[in-house]
Amino acid sequence: MSVDVTKLTAHDASRLLASGDTSALELTQATIERISSVEHLTGSFVTITDDLALEQADQADTRLGLGPSPTLTGIPMQLKDNIVTKDVLTTCSSKMLKDFVPPYNSTVAAKLFDQNAVLVGKGNLDEFAMGSSTENSAFHPTHNPWDISRVPGGSSGGPAAAVASGEAVYALGSDTGGSIRQPAALCGVVGLKPTYGLVSRYGLIAFASSLDQIGPLTKDVTDCALVLSAIAGHDPKDSTSIDTEAPDYTDLLTGDIKGLRVGVPKEYFVEGIDPGVGEVVNKAIDVLSGLGATVDETSLPHTPHAMAVYYIVAPSEASANLARYDGVKYGYSTEAPGTMWEALEHTRQEGFGPEVKRRIMLGTYALSAGYYDAYYKKAQQVRTLIRQEFNEVFEKFDVLVSPTSPSVAFKIGEKAHDPYTMYLNDIFTQPANIAGIPAISVPAGLSEGLPVGLQLMASHLKEDTLLQTAYAYEQATDWHTLHPDL
Amino acid sequence: MKLTSEEVRHIALLARVGMTDQEIQVMRDQLSNTLDHFQSLQEVETEGVEPTGHAADVTSIMREDRLETSGDRADFLAGVPRREGDLVRVRPVLD
Repeated sequence: MSVDVTKLTAHDASRLLASGDTSALELTQATIERISSVEHLTGSFVTITDDLALEQADQADTRLGLGPSPTLTGIPMQLKDNIVTKDVLTTCSSKMLKDFVPPYNSTVAAKLFDQNAVLVGKGNLDEFAMGSSTENSAFHPTHNPWDISRVPGGSSGGPAAAVASGEAVYALGSDTGGSIRQPAALCGVVGLKPTYGLVSRYGLIAFASSLDQIGPLTKDVTDCALVLSAIAGHDPKDSTSIDTEAPDYTDLLTGDIKGLRVGVPKEYFVEGIDPGVGEVVNKAIDVLSGLGATVDETSLPHTPHAMAVYYIVAPSEASANLARYDGVKYGYSTEAPGTMWEALEHTRQEGFGPEVKRRIMLGTYALSAGYYDAYYKKAQQVRTLIRQEFNEVFEKFDVLVSPTSPSVAFKIGEKAHDPYTMYLNDIFTQPANIAGIPAISVPAGLSEGLPVGLQLMASHLKEDTLLQTAYAYEQATDWHTLHPDL
Repeated sequence: MKLTSEEVRHIALLARVGMTDQEIQVMRDQLSNTLDHFQSLQEVETEGVEPTGHAADVTSIMREDRLETSGDRADFLAGVPRREGDLVRVRPVLD
């Protein structure tokens, strides 16, 4: 039977594969066809791995033929191109790594490959995951499937656009300050940033190590739970990985949120939000209330400082992490003659794009002698206050709600001239990274014909509560069934 | 917060990122503008507040000291831009 992959979820695909109504090969071929018909419009991929995908699909079919298989067996997916894949080009959308073929698999890729998942390609991103529009990719921008003159958000713009357009059933992205949730919101898909340490970062090309986290981008909440269950869990190769058993998150989805305590932090409903976005989010809050949740206003007074904390801490860590790109061990190396120091400066001048340089410079400045206390240490202290504030609020509430992004998808080029305006895209998503808590964005409606995301945040390791709330909301609405007409 | 071109040149040297004079100027204006927005942090009272370096409360992780294979030597060498046999070629350190 021929399968329409444009709207296909992983849980439906899994059912079709288990019953023999389709095969992994058919599913993969249909996905590859979809990619060939729309990729020139979206630009979701850096690399398309169709030969590998067909080979993996064949192996998946063999496994499926032997009996019950893991849920993601044979299902085509995309990995953001900062997640390393053995023998498959991994570029981070940077000239610095344009020819980098990793000698090992990230833990998340290994876990998916163990299930015989099918990799159709690597997703485009802002170079080194630094950006909110995917315009900073060194190769090409990604376009929003809902309106190709607009950005898909970023930095996981490739994964979000691929899932929204049906070029992959699901994808993995990474989120340092909103890089999964903001593009998920702008492309009308579900995106989860798990608790810091729940998913291994081994093989995620480092941006800001105390903030980075890998998570799923999916078509609905059930898929999100399914993919999270597949990738979560302790990994000895990541020393920040939490030593805890991850449950099967799909078992916990009942749709019952009676008595759930929902907090609406007033600092997330301020001037500067598109009126259409505010309206959609307020309606979503009414839906939660209608499902039996108790909704009350609350306050996180340090929220306005989160952005400054983020743009000091993240670049500082990035400046240290990106020191490894020296043109000696791997990656781009300048052709210019000169001594070691001269070659190092040329390699980095030629290999990094403007936004990456800006952040390295910002971080180097914040860490430099004379400024460390005023910037880096101060930011770390305010980070403590932000964490404490969340801990206190989560004594009174199970879940906090807010818009994911203050606006819908903007035009390509509209904000590219002014770095600071671009930074404002992530004001509602950065606090969760700063505190290390889980947060999800779910489709909540349209404004000006473009998707709006509802963000839900919960306390550390409360992914179950988060997914349960998101699932209940999804069951009560049909926003997740809207797809771009591409 | 207005940075001078000299300060920006110094940071670029610390970061080992080569920059043209024009790039230095653009960077000076953009960094100054961004740093201006961070001044609000100075208003936050942080006397006696411990800094948070990490989102998770993890301390040093110990593991058993045992030999393990972490990958194939040839695979790791394959990505080296300049090699001679199994050796990594580097530029002259001294002029």
